[in-house]
Amino acid sequence: MEKELIRFENISKSFDSTDVLKDLTLSIHENEFVTLLGPSGCGKTTTLRILGGFEMPDSGRVFFDGMDITSLPPNKRQLNTVFQKYALFTHMNVAENIAFGLKIKGQDKSMIREKIAYSLKLVGLEGYEKRSPSSLSGGQQQRIAIARAIVNEPKVLLLDEPLGALDLKLRQDMQYELIRLKEELGITFVYVTHDQEEALTMSDTVVVMNQGRIQQIGSPEDIYNEPQNAFVADFIGESNLLDGIMVRDCLVNIGGLDFPCVDTGFGTDNPVDVVIRPEDVELSSSGEGQTKGRVISIVFKGVHWEMHVESDIGITFLVKTTDHFPVGSTVGISVDPYNIQIMHKPVSEDAQVYGQDESSEGEGYEP
Amino acid sequence: MLRYTVRMSRLKGKDMNRKKGRLLAIPYIIWIAGFTIIPLIFILVKAVTDVNGSLTSANLFAIFDPLHRKALLMSLSVAFFSTLICILIAYPASIILRTSRITNKSIILFILILPMWMNFVLRIFAVQLLISNNGVLNYILTAVNLPPLKIINTPWAILLGMVYDYLPYMMLPVLNSVLSIPEDVIEAAQDLGSNRFRVLTHIIFPLSLGGIGSGIIMVFVPSMTEFVIANILGGGKIQLLGNIIEQEFTVTMDWNLGSGLSVSLMAFVLITSMIFGRNNEDTAAGISL
Amino acid sequence: MKSRGILGKIYIFLVMLFLYSPIAVLVVLSFNNSRSRVVWGGFTTKWYRVLIESKSIMEALGTTFILAILSALFASILGLFGAIGIYSMRRRNYRIMLFCTNIPLLNADIVTGIALLLWFVRFLPLGFSSVLLAHITFNIPYVILCILPKLKEMDVHQYEAALDLGAGEAYAFVHILIPHILPGVLSGFLMAVTMSMDDFVITYFTRGAGVNTLSTLIYGELRKGIKPEMYALSTILFFVVLILLILVNLPYERMFSKRTIKKKVNIEK
Repeated sequence: MEKELIRFENISKSFDSTDVLKDLTLSIHENEFVTLLGPSGCGKTTTLRILGGFEMPDSGRVFFDGMDITSLPPNKRQLNTVFQKYALFTHMNVAENIAFGLKIKGQDKSMIREKIAYSLKLVGLEGYEKRSPSSLSGGQQQRIAIARAIVNEPKVLLLDEPLGALDLKLRQDMQYELIRLKEELGITFVYVTHDQEEALTMSDTVVVMNQGRIQQIGSPEDIYNEPQNAFVADFIGESNLLDGIMVRDCLVNIGGLDFPCVDTGFGTDNPVDVVIRPEDVELSSSGEGQTKGRVISIVFKGVHWEMHVESDIGITFLVKTTDHFPVGSTVGISVDPYNIQIMHKPVSEDAQVYGQDESSEGEGYEP
Repeated sequence: MLRYTVRMSRLKGKDMNRKKGRLLAIPYIIWIAGFTIIPLIFILVKAVTDVNGSLTSANLFAIFDPLHRKALLMSLSVAFFSTLICILIAYPASIILRTSRITNKSIILFILILPMWMNFVLRIFAVQLLISNNGVLNYILTAVNLPPLKIINTPWAILLGMVYDYLPYMMLPVLNSVLSIPEDVIEAAQDLGSNRFRVLTHIIFPLSLGGIGSGIIMVFVPSMTEFVIANILGGGKIQLLGNIIEQEFTVTMDWNLGSGLSVSLMAFVLITSMIFGRNNEDTAAGISL
Repeated sequence: MKSRGILGKIYIFLVMLFLYSPIAVLVVLSFNNSRSRVVWGGFTTKWYRVLIESKSIMEALGTTFILAILSALFASILGLFGAIGIYSMRRRNYRIMLFCTNIPLLNADIVTGIALLLWFVRFLPLGFSSVLLAHITFNIPYVILCILPKLKEMDVHQYEAALDLGAGEAYAFVHILIPHILPGVLSGFLMAVTMSMDDFVITYFTRGAGVNTLSTLIYGELRKGIKPEMYALSTILFFVVLILLILVNLPYERMFSKRTIKKKVNIEK
């Protein structure tokens, strides 16, 4: 692991008595691509803005390279931001936009010109110096915003939902573009998004946030495969989120049926949340398996079929498979022990928010 | 949730530079206090006191004195009819501009609004020139063997002058509200089976009420408080409330009575604004050229 | 269908005729080599010469212009800072300030004029300075209402982006905020000039005896009887306003085509 570059320590922030961040502590390392992921209002943007210097936390401190920067104004920080809607200076052309930070630093003109050309090349917009931002497409404006930030050679680049305004195809292209840029520049990226696919594609580390608290920090694989609570499981990808009882280590009872699993340390006869990813539910046409069920709907999704299967144990599973089973047919259902993820039921009130109103989804499909 | 998000987005982005920004308003706040609020307090104080400085309500109710009642009625009726005539002229014009395929609409708009910006006294002067007994209008009428119009120094002249002066003030908000109705709303109404007339009565008219409201305020308020037009086109023979107030300040020099009448007048103005000024925040905002 | 279109055009034409025939008469008479209002005595520019030679008119003209420029200038500066300040206020104070801003616009001119008169006589000899103060007072709202929409339109992140790129607050203010709202300030300034030149009632009450603007001068002359040089003066004023208005509107149309232009009716905001 590289050395720690940024540390948030017990950050709290509220707007008009609404708590937006609650005691947030987070470390970001050098050369890491960190994504703050969560639904709108979860505090991810506020976290980024505190790092950028646009908001002051009510309590807690922010360290950068070991130095307390909590009350340092944005212009004194060694990081640059790519804003959600780019925030290009509409009264300046592309070159003037990019040169803005360099001019303030008092760099000489030929140097600035070189750097503009270099940064434009990096984002694939050579020769756009004299264009006005308003004459560019969304994707191009986005690239200019990135060029304007990275030309200052910041140690950290902050990106606030930078792809939010782009259409799907462009968004996917830009994801690869950003990964490439990060590798080329070798700096830290702190990225904010509500799009889990974006987070999983680009990040080294994903920080899942909800209701002002960090729910889980981990690599994309960890987050997807080993969600630590029901919120993460539900927010990242689709999942069957079920109520279960941990009979003993490596055995969980779901809907009256015991399933072998690999998790330990949940005690005996404790209620737990169980996650089974739709692609991990195995169906067999022969009807053999841990239990049986009936296909009640099927939709073609391109690479796979997505269906709802009503099982004999009273649970309707969401299933993704490349095999086709007609509606009404009886199928066998089984789940590999490795694919059953056991999680503690939420304890604190804040963490529980998810479980209350959306738990019905855990039961799967309701026709 | 949406509400929360909207509120958040408004709060964010201003947090840091907000406090310093607010300080910039200080000179302006001082100015408002010194030249808007204090003068209003002064006129209120004058209105409820007599020459000796003791409290009285006589000045406030003087507007209903037999002496002033005639002026009040004249003011109200002139203001009412000039407002009405302005609507009757401006509304069809805006509908025509909306529906017909006249080219260079923006230039026509500009021309219709332009007189608003010309010196007010000068425009009354121009009207006087036109309608005076030996003016151009009568010259033309006599030339085509029609009887000359003797309207100068009558209430009709005042009415004409007000319509002339304030028509652009009605034109602007009405045009603006009618023209800013999105075409797809009208197309949707047609799609749902409305004919042209129904579109007019059920879509365009309700949607332009805000503009009409603004127009009413912008015509009624100044014509209710007018004294210049009456002095020039009425030849000083017809007294409006504005004339009486003006004379209290320039001739009779009873400033308490003048203030009392002004405050009562302001009450009329406020009532009108409150009745017609609701829900028209956006419609009167501007006009596209 | 076709006849409808023609009827519409005729209607619009009649409205225009109503609005412009008095002005047209003025303009024509200003070149009329006869004192009569109806007889054409040949083309002349002599009334313009008389006009230029008239000391009182030239003085009033000077007063009007100086007053317009000065009051618009002060109003623009106060209004610029005021608008930014109001914009950064929280909702409740924002509403209160906006309401106060609207008072001079919503109030009848006669009441504003009298109120100012009652206040001014307490500490100020009536004259140019009292009129100037009055004009600044009624001009500020126009400036503020021209600038506020520009501020609302502006992406606050642009300002933050400037800070992010290393600009100090003053630098960001001058290089980002000001250029952005400058069109608003400029149109506010021009509108204030026009409003100042247009005003009669408030000037009338606050001017005292010595000072005359064109409005009060014309008013006084009208009551005495019309001299032909008044036609000339009116014609000049008409074209000055026309040019001013084109200045206010045209740059907009070029810079932000199809954007709305704020006009006098902002009053209702």
